[in-house]
Amino acid sequence: MKKFSIGNLFSRKKRGRTISFLMVIVAYIIMQTMMSTGSLSSLFSGLLVPLCCYIVAAIGLNLNVGVSGELNLGQAGFMSVGAFTAVSVSGYLAAGIPNPVIRLIISIIAGVIAAAIFGILIGVPVLKLEGDYLAIVTLAFGQIIKSIVTNMYLGFDENGFQFSFVDNNTKLAPGGKMLLNGPMGATGTERISTFTMGAILIIISLFIVYNLMFSRCGRAIMAARDNRIAAESVGIGISRTKMLAFVISASLAGAAGALYGLNYSTLVPAKFDFNTSILILVYVVLGGLGNMTGTIIATVILVLLPELLRSMQDYRMLIYAVVLIVIMLLTNNETVITKLKLLQKSLGGGAKNV
Amino acid sequence: MKRNGLLKKLLSVTVASCMVMGLTACGGAGAAGGAAGGDTGAAAAESGAAEGSGAASGAAIKIGGSGPLTGPAAVYGNAVKAAAELAVEEVNAKGGLQFELDFEDDTHDAEKAVTAYGVLKDWGMQVSLATVTSAPGAAVSPMYKDDHIFAISPSGSSLAVIYQDPDNAASPYGNVFQMCFTDPNQGVASADYLAAHTDLGSKIAVIYKNDDNYSSGIFAKFKSEAETKGLSIVYEGTFDDSNASDFTVQLKKAQDAGADLLFLPIYYDPASLILTQANQMGYAPTFFGVDGMDGILTLEGFDTSLAEGVYLLTPFSADATDDLTKNFTANYKARMNDEVPNQFAADAYDCVYAIAQACEAAGVTADMSATDICDALTSQFTSMTFNGLTGQNVTWSASGEVSKSPKAVKIENGVYVGVED
Repeated sequence: MKKFSIGNLFSRKKRGRTISFLMVIVAYIIMQTMMSTGSLSSLFSGLLVPLCCYIVAAIGLNLNVGVSGELNLGQAGFMSVGAFTAVSVSGYLAAGIPNPVIRLIISIIAGVIAAAIFGILIGVPVLKLEGDYLAIVTLAFGQIIKSIVTNMYLGFDENGFQFSFVDNNTKLAPGGKMLLNGPMGATGTERISTFTMGAILIIISLFIVYNLMFSRCGRAIMAARDNRIAAESVGIGISRTKMLAFVISASLAGAAGALYGLNYSTLVPAKFDFNTSILILVYVVLGGLGNMTGTIIATVILVLLPELLRSMQDYRMLIYAVVLIVIMLLTNNETVITKLKLLQKSLGGGAKNV
Repeated sequence: MKRNGLLKKLLSVTVASCMVMGLTACGGAGAAGGAAGGDTGAAAAESGAAEGSGAASGAAIKIGGSGPLTGPAAVYGNAVKAAAELAVEEVNAKGGLQFELDFEDDTHDAEKAVTAYGVLKDWGMQVSLATVTSAPGAAVSPMYKDDHIFAISPSGSSLAVIYQDPDNAASPYGNVFQMCFTDPNQGVASADYLAAHTDLGSKIAVIYKNDDNYSSGIFAKFKSEAETKGLSIVYEGTFDDSNASDFTVQLKKAQDAGADLLFLPIYYDPASLILTQANQMGYAPTFFGVDGMDGILTLEGFDTSLAEGVYLLTPFSADATDDLTKNFTANYKARMNDEVPNQFAADAYDCVYAIAQACEAAGVTADMSATDICDALTSQFTSMTFNGLTGQNVTWSASGEVSKSPKAVKIENGVYVGVED
C-alpha cells in the first residue's frame, strides 16, 4: 500500500490530474452556490448542462486522439447514438420509474452501452489497419448514423413497440408515444438532466481517463502511438490497446449525448452532424492533445465565447474565428511555448513579468 | 528585446481578456442584462426616433424572440425580424402602447434557442414571439410554460411547439400560441381540396423533404387523409439537405408512375428547381403547393413563366390589393432592399399587432410582471378576434392553435388568383 501524501498529488507526473479535478470541483461549487443564491443569469444556468456534455465528449475524444493517436471524426455520431438511446429509454420508462434521478442514471447507462457497442463494431475491423483509416470510417459513421436516425420511427402503445424505417407506418393507439419520429427526432422529452449529473460525469470521465493513462494499459496505448513497430516488438497487442481507448472514447461520447438529449424537450438527428464532430475536435486540439485540463478550459471558452459576444451581433462569428486562429497560432508556436515556460519559471521569483 | 516586449504585451492582453471574459461569465444577471439592455436600448432609440429615446426603456413592454439570423435558414429569421421591427415601430409611432424588441439569433438549433431564451430572460422579456422555426420552438416552449411568459410563434408550425404530448395533440402548454397553420392542418386542407377537385388530377405523386419537420409533418397528415378520402398516391419521393439540387430521378419516377398531379409540401427554393427540371423533361402535371411555395414568384433567377398554373394554399399574398397588405409590402420593401415579404414576414407582423390588440384590450402596461401579462394575454387571445395580413376573423383555441382558413390560389400571368372553393 503506497503512502498517501499531498506532495505526491502535486508531483510532476500527477500534477495535471490534481489540477483537473480541483478545477472541476471548485467550478462546480461556485456555480452551485451562485445558482442557489439566484445570482447566476438565466443564460449561464441554461448553458451549464450542454457545457458539461461537450466537456465529457471532448475528454473522451482526447483519449482517442491525444493519447491513442487515432483521429476520430465521428464523435457526434456516438453522441447521437447515446442521445437517442437515452431519450427512448427515458421516454419508455417515464411511466414505470417516476424518479427522474434513477431514470436519468439508467438512461445514461443505456446510452453508454449503445455507443460502446457501435464503438466495438467499428473498432474491430478498422483498428487492425495501420494509417488514418479510423478517421475515414468514423467520418462515414457520423453521416450514416445521422441518416439512419432521420429515417427511423419507433413508438409504443399499450400493445407494445412499433418500428418502421424510411416510411412511417406506425399506427399507435390513442395514448401511445412516439419515441423516435424520423426527421423530427424525439419530441416531448421530459427534461431530467441536471448540472450535478453533468459534473459527476466529468469527474467520472476524468477518473477513467487519468487512471487509464497512468496504468500499464495506458502506457501500452502511448507506446503504440509513439512507435508502432517498437511497441509490437515488445509484445503489445496494437489493435487491442487502441481498441480500448477507442471504445472508452465512444462510451464517453454516448454518456455526453445521453445527458445532452435529456436536457432538451426536443432533439433532432441533424444536430449531431459533421460540424458537431469537428467542433469537439477543435476543443481537443486547442486544449492540447493528451491535456485534459486544457481540453476542459478550451471547451468552456469556446462554448461561452459566441454567447458572450451576442452583443456584437453579426460580427460574433467573425470574432470567434479570429480567436480560434489566434489560439491555434499561439499554442503551436515554439517561441511562445518557450516564453510561456520561462514566464512560468520566473513567476516563482516575483510577479514583475505580468 | 523588442520582440520580447511585444510578446509580453500580447500575452498580457490575452490573459487580461480571458479574465474579463471570466468576469462577465460570473457577473450574473446584472452584467449580462445590462449589456443586452444597453444594446437593444440603442437599437430601439435608433428605430423609434419619432418617440424620443427616453420612451425606450422602462415605459415599453419588452418583446423577445429568436430565430435563425445566420446559417442556412437565415432567410426566414431575418424576414421575421424585419417585419417584427417594422410592426413595433408602427405601433410605437401611434403613441400610447410602447414596445421594445430584442430578437436573438438561434441558428435554427434547439441548444442555441435555449441560450437565446436565457439572454432574453436576463434582458427582462415580458412577452415573446417564441421562435421562427419548429424544432427550436419545441425546445423553448416548456421554458415559457415554466416561467409563465406569454409566447406566440409566427411560424413554428409543428404541433410540438404548442403541445407537450404532440403525438396525441394533448396537454397543450396553454400560454404558447401559433400565428401560422399547424403542419397537419395544411395536410388536411390540401387533401380536402384535392378530393373536392378531382379534375386537377387523380393520380397524385408527392415529393417531400424528409429531414424537414415542416415538410414531413404536412406529408404524414396528407397521406393519412388521402387514404380516408380515397385519393390515390402513386409515388412518394423524398430528398434531404444533401441532395436538394437534382430532382430528375424523383420526377422520372413520378412520370413513370403516371402521376398527373404533383403535390409539393416544400419550400419554394427546391420547388423552383423541380418546376425547372420538370419543364426540361417535358413533364407537365398539375403542381400543387402549400404555404411554403409562397415566394416562388420573387425568387431571383427563376423563370416565373414556369410557375404558371401552379396551385398553392397560402394565407398571405404580397400582391393582394387591400390597403393593409399594400402598406406592409411597401414599407417592408423599403426596409429590406426591395425584397418582397413572404408569409414568415406577414405572420410576424400579425403577431406583433395581435399582441398590441390584446395588450390594449386587457390594459396591459409595461410595469406589469411577465406572469400577470401572460394571464391577461392568454385570456384575451382565447376570446378575441383578429384581422391581419394573413387572415380575417382569426381566432385561437385554448390549446394555442390558430383558426384561419388557408386559401387556394392559382398563379396566372405572374400573379396569384383566388380559386373558388
